[in-house]
Formats: sequence, C-alpha cells, structure tokens
Amino acid sequence: MNGMLQRELVATLRTRGSVLNPLGFLLLSILLFALADPTTQNEQRNYLSSIFLVLILLTNLLSLDAMFRRDFDSGALEQMLISAHMPFVAILTRIFVHWLGSGFLLTLFVPILALLLGLEPQTFFAIMLVLLIGTPALSLLGSIGAALTVGFSRGGAILALLILPLFLPVLILGNASIDAAISEQSYMAPLLWLAAFSSASLTLAPWATWAALKISVEMQ
Amino acid sequence: MNGGITAVLKQLWHKLGSPRWFYEITHGWVRFFGIAALALLIAGFVWGIAFAPADYQQGNSFRIMYVHVPAAMVAQSLYLGMGVAGFVGLVWRMKLADVAIAATLPLGMALTALALFSGSVWGRPTWGSWWEWDGRTVSTMVLLFLYVGIYALREAIADTNLRARAAALVSLVGTVNIPVIKYSVDWWNTLHQPASFSLTEKPAMPAEMWLPLLVMALGFYCFAAHNVLSRMRLEILRRENKTRWVNDLFAPSVK
Repeated sequence: MNGMLQRELVATLRTRGSVLNPLGFLLLSILLFALADPTTQNEQRNYLSSIFLVLILLTNLLSLDAMFRRDFDSGALEQMLISAHMPFVAILTRIFVHWLGSGFLLTLFVPILALLLGLEPQTFFAIMLVLLIGTPALSLLGSIGAALTVGFSRGGAILALLILPLFLPVLILGNASIDAAISEQSYMAPLLWLAAFSSASLTLAPWATWAALKISVEMQ
Repeated sequence: MNGGITAVLKQLWHKLGSPRWFYEITHGWVRFFGIAALALLIAGFVWGIAFAPADYQQGNSFRIMYVHVPAAMVAQSLYLGMGVAGFVGLVWRMKLADVAIAATLPLGMALTALALFSGSVWGRPTWGSWWEWDGRTVSTMVLLFLYVGIYALREAIADTNLRARAAALVSLVGTVNIPVIKYSVDWWNTLHQPASFSLTEKPAMPAEMWLPLLVMALGFYCFAAHNVLSRMRLEILRRENKTRWVNDLFAPSVK
C-alpha cells in the first residue's frame, strides 16, 4: 500500500502540469473576477469571498479528469480491478493523492490568496477550515464522475454536468460557514454538517467509483 | 399464508425479468391509465380553473398551483422511480430496469421543466420576480440537470449494456438530491412555502381549493404511468425486434 501511494505521488509530481495548471487557473479567475467586479472596495471583500468557493469547485473539476486517465491509458487500471482485495485501497489511494494535489494544496495557498483578496484573519482561517473539511468530499464525489467518463475521448462537459450538482452541498454549507465567519458569528454548525457530508462521501463514493471503473474498463 | 405471499412475490419478481411478459401484461394498463388521466385531468382542470374560489391574497394567480404542484410532485417521484430502477439494474442486471430508465427520462425532464416554468410564472405576480434563488427552486433546477446529465451520458455511450449500467449508477447516485428537494423548504428559511400536501396533516387550504389539486395530482400520476408504460412497451419492441414473439405479434398470419 505504501508502494502504491509512493508510485502515485511520484507519478503526479512528474506531471507537474496536472497540479500547477489548475492552480494557475484559480489565480487567473480570481484576477478576472476582481477586475470585472462592479462593487466598491469594501463590498468587494464579501463578493470575492463568496465567489472563492465556486472557483475552488471549478478548479477541482479541472483536475478530476487526470485522476484515472494515466492508469486507464496504460492498462494498469484493469490490473487494479482484477486484483480481488486491492480495488478499494487503489481507488482510495488515487483519491487521496488527487486531494493532496488539489484540495490540500489549495488550502495551503489560502493565506496568500487571502492577502490578494484583502480578507480578515478570522475569515481566511474559516476558509481554510472549510477547504480542509470540504475538499475531500469534492475529490471523493468527483472520483465517481472521473471513473465514469475516463473512457470517453471528450468527457469534459459530461463530467461537469454529472458532478457539479453533487458538489452543491459543499458550496452551500461552505458559504454558510464563511458568511458566519465574516459577520463574526460561530460557524461550527455548518462546518460540522460539512464534515458529516465529507464522511458520508468517504463511506459511499468509493463503491460508486468502483462500479463506474468496471464499466469504463469494459468500454475500452 | 406468509410463505404463500413471498412465493407469489418471488414469482412476480422472476417474471419481471421477461420483457415479453411485461409487454403482454401492461397492454390493458396503458389504456386504463390513459382514460383515467384524461378524465381526472379534465375534471381537475375545469374544477380548479373555473370553480375553485379565488385566493384572498393572491387572487386568481394561485390557480397556477393546479399545474405546478402536481408537475413537481410527479417529476420527483419519477426520479425516485429511476433511482429504484437503477438499483435493480445494478444489482440484478434486469433488462427492464434500463428500459424503465430510458422511458422515464423524457417525461421527467419535461415535468421538471414545467414545474420550474409554472413556478416562475406564478412567482412574477406573487414574489415580484421571475426567478428567486431560493432553496427549492435551486434544488429543482439541480433535478433538471440530473435528468439532463443522465440523458447526455446515455447519448455518449454506444454499447447498450454499458450504457444501461452507467445510467443506472448515476440515477442511483443522484437520488441523494431527492431528500434535499423535499426538505429544502424546511431546512432553509426560504421564500418557497412548505408542502401543500402531506399524508399526515390536514391541508391549510379549504377543501374547495385542495380537492381539485388532489384530482390534478392523481391525474398527473395516471398520465405519467400511461406515458412511461407506453414508452417502455415501445422500447421493448425496439430492443426485442429480432425475437420470434415480436415478429409473431406484427405478422400473425405469416407463420
């Protein structure tokens, strides 16, 4: 299992674009929103902090396609599914590595982005917590769509259509937490709901991903 | 007694595996639901539009409810049915399950769109805007996108067997949205009012107002049953067109 994790990490690090390009996309789109923003300086902070989570969802969506792509093309995916007790470990490893390269990395970048957006410390701390707790759900749910569309040559639009509706709870609960933090109230309740949502995805999503991968492998 | 019932159910379950059996048994149902739907819809429509009293606040615009509420109810129920069919399809690989999903998709999509449209038309005079981003409108819109997503997925996969499994999987995964729609008006403090109907409580409206709604809802359900069953029968014929029984059906003289 360690070997599998190591292999995945190395493979991800060697294709730097798969991690860095989404990050660039996030920065650029924040820049675009800041430029197009109609509000005044003070309102801007609220506006950008609520758009921030949307951008996180979209960034996550961008990197999803790569989750199983390499293994699918090389045929390793088939081997992975044939081995009787490994599929779950293998699937969870890939989801975990995807999360490290997307959700976790973005969480680490929040302080820098917060400077760009001019956010108060208590707000960006809340955003960090929301990302840390909410992004695993994105990687987990996204893995279902990634697994289902890995066999398509042009699966991008369908992936978005299938997965974005499932991302909604993260957006709603996350924004509820961030809004509460901005108005200096306790944001524990929505944050705990978010944690519950992530845990539920952790228990249920791998099954669906497994089923989806089996379909995709047969499609080849 | 108990064993008898289980045996009958078990037999029924096995019979459901046969498209031919389903085709033959639903012959009369289609007509029954069609006639019932026509009668109920005409009765409910005339009653609701012409005879039900006007609302003391909303005036006559509340009558949109007679289309809006049944459409939304049936759209959700159809999705739930698709989720169940998806589960059956994934677990037992039953051919009929995919036929059911394929047949439910177009009507479900249309009714969800109708619910959104009628709600929007009603919202203009009542809420003062064509569209509000409130909990239930958003989750109903998500329902529409779930239907569209499954439809797009089915279009994208050529192999029938794999298409069936992929659609079944997504239908099943998407059912998590149904409780969200159902309870969105209770969880969030939003504009949309709570459910007009529930099984346990008396409606907040007078009987002259909710009875036509009940008739309309039953009419919509009958129409949905009629529509889905007809589509399923057609789909079965299309898929089984190489089999002897289908050929016998259309050329009884040539044997």
